Amino acid sequence: MHTPSTTTSPESGRQLLLHHFDDLEQQHLSSNLGMWFFLVSEVMFFSGLIAAYTVYRAWSPEAFHLASRHMDKWLGFFNTWVLLTSSLTMALAVRCSQVGDRRGIVRNLFLTLVFGTAFLGVKATEYRTEINHNLFPGKHFIVPGSPEDPHAHAAEGSHEGGEGHEGAAAHASDYERLREASTVDGKLDEEKFSRNKGHFQLMFVLYFFMTGVHAFHMIAGLALVALFIVLTQIKWFSGYGQTQIEVLGLYWHFVDVVWVFLYPLLYLIE
Amino acid sequence: MSELHQSSEAHEQSHHVIAVKTYVMIYWVLMALLLATVLASDMPLGGAHLLVAMTIALIKAILIVLFFMHVYYSAPLTWVTAVGSFLWVGLLLGFLLSDYFTRGWLHILGK
Repeated sequence: MHTPSTTTSPESGRQLLLHHFDDLEQQHLSSNLGMWFFLVSEVMFFSGLIAAYTVYRAWSPEAFHLASRHMDKWLGFFNTWVLLTSSLTMALAVRCSQVGDRRGIVRNLFLTLVFGTAFLGVKATEYRTEINHNLFPGKHFIVPGSPEDPHAHAAEGSHEGGEGHEGAAAHASDYERLREASTVDGKLDEEKFSRNKGHFQLMFVLYFFMTGVHAFHMIAGLALVALFIVLTQIKWFSGYGQTQIEVLGLYWHFVDVVWVFLYPLLYLIE
Repeated sequence: MSELHQSSEAHEQSHHVIAVKTYVMIYWVLMALLLATVLASDMPLGGAHLLVAMTIALIKAILIVLFFMHVYYSAPLTWVTAVGSFLWVGLLLGFLLSDYFTRGWLHILGK
């Protein structure tokens, strides 16, 4: 409950007009367009990575397929769901700023914060599993089933004693299947084999880099969302921060769009 | 009351406020598409997997851009910018791939 005033104080629900703009409309469009220009540069940044991915996947499809099987597609599904939901709450926060519902802004931004954090939490557990399986690219990377894989023999033993209903091919290790994919007319093509092993690891380079850069964008977004909750709470913005919150929303939705492409590209290769 | 009145006055010139129902509907469509993309990955589609997955991703992206990002209701300049970014990605991927996939066609030394 407050008394409306005719000044441009935050309480009045009106935005301040900066002197170099003609009107609020122009001011709003300028901020909006500025964010869009930044997002276009971000699109180009991520497309470079996707282009690299496309070239190497086309070169060694089997290696990418095998590497992709190490990603848990249902965890990815859950994370996509969480992220899309956070986009909905962000869109609702923007709507609340447009209709002047300050408590609604705070509530929806808070939900966005919760969903965004949940996404990062799940991502962190995925990373941990992959790193524990020696799938982080670099010195400690091991192609599962290769001679230097300490688990290879134990895995073989369990396979022999297992159900075995899907035939030997289903139980073959990545190493064996890469070897198979590199065999031409019954003869192993050494060059192709080492390329396939390399591209198997390269898929993990791309996976960690793309999801890592995406996660970095999420962290930046979450920090901004948390900041905006405080700023909305203390009525720091003129009006209801409709321009600022919409611009933040644009960024958040962009990060969501990136994930919408990353999910099928990294998790769902058949 | 007066607060509501005043805030709507303050916005009359710039925002198209989308109904909550529209947002929720878009959200459910996105959910359905997400489920479709996971289920499609298990189906025997042969070589069409990537095409199906990318088509679904593109539809999802367009829905998010048009409605969550309000481009559908935005100024022409925002449209140009948003469409332009897709165009540049298309150019990048198009020319890059046409380079890589045609290298074997002609036997030119040092290609």
